[in-house]
Amino acid sequence: MTYRLTINGASTEVAVPGMRRLLDVLREDLGLTGAKEGCGEGECGACTVLLDGAVAVSCLVPVCQVDGCDIRTVEGLGRGATGTGATTGATDAATDAADPQLGPLQRAFLETGGAQCGICTPGMLMAGEAFLASGAEPTEQAIREAIAGNLCRCTGYTKIVEAIALAAARQTELGA
Amino acid sequence: MPFEPPVVSPTTLPEAYAIAAATPHRPLAGGTDLLVQLTGEIGPPPERVLDLWRLDELRGIVIRDGTLELGALTTYTEIRRSAACLAHAPALVEAATTIGALQIQNRATLGGNVMNASPAGDTLPVLLALDAELVAGGLAGERTIPAAAFWPAYRQTAVRPGELLVRIRIPLVDGGQQRFRKVGTRRAQAISKVVVALAWRADPQSGRWRDVRLALGSVAATPIRAAGTEAVLESAPPTEAVADRAVEALIAELHPIDDVRSTAAYRREVAGRVLRRLLRDAGGW
Repeated sequence: MTYRLTINGASTEVAVPGMRRLLDVLREDLGLTGAKEGCGEGECGACTVLLDGAVAVSCLVPVCQVDGCDIRTVEGLGRGATGTGATTGATDAATDAADPQLGPLQRAFLETGGAQCGICTPGMLMAGEAFLASGAEPTEQAIREAIAGNLCRCTGYTKIVEAIALAAARQTELGA
Repeated sequence: MPFEPPVVSPTTLPEAYAIAAATPHRPLAGGTDLLVQLTGEIGPPPERVLDLWRLDELRGIVIRDGTLELGALTTYTEIRRSAACLAHAPALVEAATTIGALQIQNRATLGGNVMNASPAGDTLPVLLALDAELVAGGLAGERTIPAAAFWPAYRQTAVRPGELLVRIRIPLVDGGQQRFRKVGTRRAQAISKVVVALAWRADPQSGRWRDVRLALGSVAATPIRAAGTEAVLESAPPTEAVADRAVEALIAELHPIDDVRSTAAYRREVAGRVLRRLLRDAGGW
């Protein structure tokens, strides 16, 4: 079957079995390796992407259910990012906080130390991005609920919560 | 990569019924249970899949004929955001809030939880306590099955080959009260050790409880009603003395097992404590 997907704003078609996991389509068929496979069973959130704006774990979504969907991955967070996967995510340790390619949330993660080993980071960023877009009051509790489906074994979460709060504060300042 | 069985994605319910009647297919709703089975590590993966996701006939939450009706494909996120659910099935909203985290709640469906028929399925005790009815459909038409008769044995449902679960009906009860508690290892992403759903109607004159329903999950091979405990609570007021007897009855009638998530002793003890707290909060003592 051929499925039509819009990934980070760019339309693409994939001819793959319908039960192929979206995670495998992204990583293996399209070369978008930002979304990570942690557990492969929906527990860890490392493969989190946005489907029509809503967080989902791409390891539990078959591609037949996202035909015609608008999909966003971590590759789409940077400024000037495209669906080709050409830009780097915030997991790139050498990236400077002032790198113009980074999106606001990625920059906040870098500044607060919200990323350590980096495996959870793409998923955390997408969960954080959905939270920022929701317009919810960025209380600590609300941020923690927004990332409750994303496991991190390095940071203890505090720096990640700070990063999302920082990005939320800047978004408010900009009146966005 | 995981096994990739053939899948069909019909766009109308009659088409789906015809496919299900012709060849056995595993129905696919939100995929949060089924996709895990594609690895083959927890039993044989499904041979053929019937993807229900495009069947908009199975979506939506409406109030109709004195019942709250939810399409089988209603997601937990939709339940959480539904004013009708909040008004008439707050215990279901509470259960939806505790399932997985947002990633799961955005995809997983009420119908999927019902048909997966896990003894740890968090919404199943709620459906039992609220006297829900499950509507199954097929080429021969629809039939309604009470929740109390829906899960006859471990991982079994009353739905017949060729049928699909189409909707869930919850009767509206004037003055009905309902509570939900889930005990797991953490607040998000936990599979339950014990689930408790309690529903009743307080007599406006005497304050005594009527139509008491107490249902539990993760304490037996199927979600169950605790009939002996219900009998203690029926027509009684929620006093401390009644609670003592109810907890004693509950501990006596539960026969949970030790497994990877908990122990029989812990489950029995915690179920009793959860019931006591629910009664204490309701009784104000």
